[in-house]
Amino acid sequence: MTSYAETAGAVQTADTAVVRGPHAVVVRLHVNGTPRTVLVEPRVSLLDALRDRLGLTGTKKGCDQGACGACTVWVDRRRVLACLTLAIACETHEITTIEGLSDGVDLHPMQQAFLDHDAFQCGYCTPGQIMSAVAFLAEGHAADDDQIREWMSGNLCRCAAYPNIRAAIRQVRDAATNHLPATAAEGGSARPGPAGAGPASGGGPDATA
Amino acid sequence: MRPLSYSRVADVATAIGTVAADPDSTFLAGGTTEVDLQRCSVSRARRLVDINDLPLRHVEELPGGGVRIGALARMSDAAQALPVRRRFPMISQALLLGASPQLRNMASIGGNLLQRVRCGYFRDVAAGCNRREPGTGCSAIPGINRGHAVLGTSECCIATHPSDLAVALAALDAVVLTQGPNGPRRYTTDEFFLLPGDTPHREHPLDHGELVVAVEVPPNPMASRSLYVKVRDRESYEFALASAAVAVRLDGGTVADVRLALGGVATVPWRARRAEATLVGAPATVESFAAAAREELAPAVGYGMNDFKIELARRTIVRALRLAVGDPQLRDGRPTGLLGADGGGREERA
Repeated sequence: MTSYAETAGAVQTADTAVVRGPHAVVVRLHVNGTPRTVLVEPRVSLLDALRDRLGLTGTKKGCDQGACGACTVWVDRRRVLACLTLAIACETHEITTIEGLSDGVDLHPMQQAFLDHDAFQCGYCTPGQIMSAVAFLAEGHAADDDQIREWMSGNLCRCAAYPNIRAAIRQVRDAATNHLPATAAEGGSARPGPAGAGPASGGGPDATA
Repeated sequence: MRPLSYSRVADVATAIGTVAADPDSTFLAGGTTEVDLQRCSVSRARRLVDINDLPLRHVEELPGGGVRIGALARMSDAAQALPVRRRFPMISQALLLGASPQLRNMASIGGNLLQRVRCGYFRDVAAGCNRREPGTGCSAIPGINRGHAVLGTSECCIATHPSDLAVALAALDAVVLTQGPNGPRRYTTDEFFLLPGDTPHREHPLDHGELVVAVEVPPNPMASRSLYVKVRDRESYEFALASAAVAVRLDGGTVADVRLALGGVATVPWRARRAEATLVGAPATVESFAAAAREELAPAVGYGMNDFKIELARRTIVRALRLAVGDPQLRDGRPTGLLGADGGGREERA
């Protein structure tokens, strides 16, 4: 048994890992470029930590079971669901929320496009839609209407503002295709972009993945 | 959600040792199943051992044209990996037709294989469910079972296996690699996904603390033109009502070799061996495909609301086979099929 275990690479069943919780523990997060410290139990979701501990209520709680997309944020610049992410598991990662998308008072082009196209009714799903939409364009998929439908399917809108959401995304797509990235043209302010983005821009990179 | 404790580990040996030594613990990868089931009190684990720092994310091509996918590769990354897209498009398609972009960025390949069933009674701790609580009965058999299985069911459980990826892996004879307290192991998909029988709570043959480290897909030249067809209630972000992973090699107008597996209709990823046996040597015609589909679904059992799945599965098989051979009579048939515009039977070099 032992010799087999040794040759086969078996491991000792020694519990050597550090245990944190179940009581509240200090969790160090990096949110929208700023280090933040919260005292939370390990069971607390990133969503609850953002909203209830850090006051970042832009990220919305819809279903709280990974079905609706209202809680979409970026972890290491990839779009994920904050409701199914534990805050304590994010300690070495960079979190971006809707509050971190605008450049001061200047709206991100996707935020402006949602306003321009009235891409919401009640607005509850909108922060998740916008975080998902910016990431979608940066991921480099073709952004025709079929692809927008498919790659935005993780964000439900019970008001069914989908046609206007697609129009908003098309506007940002076309601006990125027809012009230099707006931020670069304006002097390269450091607007955050998700993974896959070229220069920090509101639009997507070329659709040649 | 009940209180939880948390450990984060950096190497495989510590991960296995930690979980093996603590019966109340389990591994945490993408969290899309575990956190969800913690919240509805279905998961029993009181301690999560975070394995996301383990070096198991690599997707690599193997000598001879196979591929090895690290267990912590995310669904989105595995789907985009060049060796997967080029050699095994059915895997890439199955991954991209599952879940949503956000969930695919989170969910790991190992976790995808270990995901739990989506039966509403399994998730409802007030309901009887033999899979969650052995001996409490199956509420789905007399209950709402529209989404449930028609193949591989038992009197104890009829929950559908929810993975799309696993269907493609079953078709391709993939092997699941694990490390555990008793050393490394390799499982075929038949060994890895257990039929419910009278022990539906036992879903996999894994020991406590045994960790999925990778999936290996052996070389298969005909898989470079394989595909995955998924039929569901809405076009995107939905589980399958019926799905089929298929790869075909033709010799003239005859089926020389075929791999076929079904999803959405069975309690495990369902390798359609009866249909395969019927197809090999048969002419590549709609009639042959329909005969194979009938043969595969012959042992199917409906439970009322899901009776339609038997016919739907047959039609899905026929459609997938027609797409795979590029049947020009199929209105949306792809021109890249084996019987497409460039003539019959030519193997495309990957």
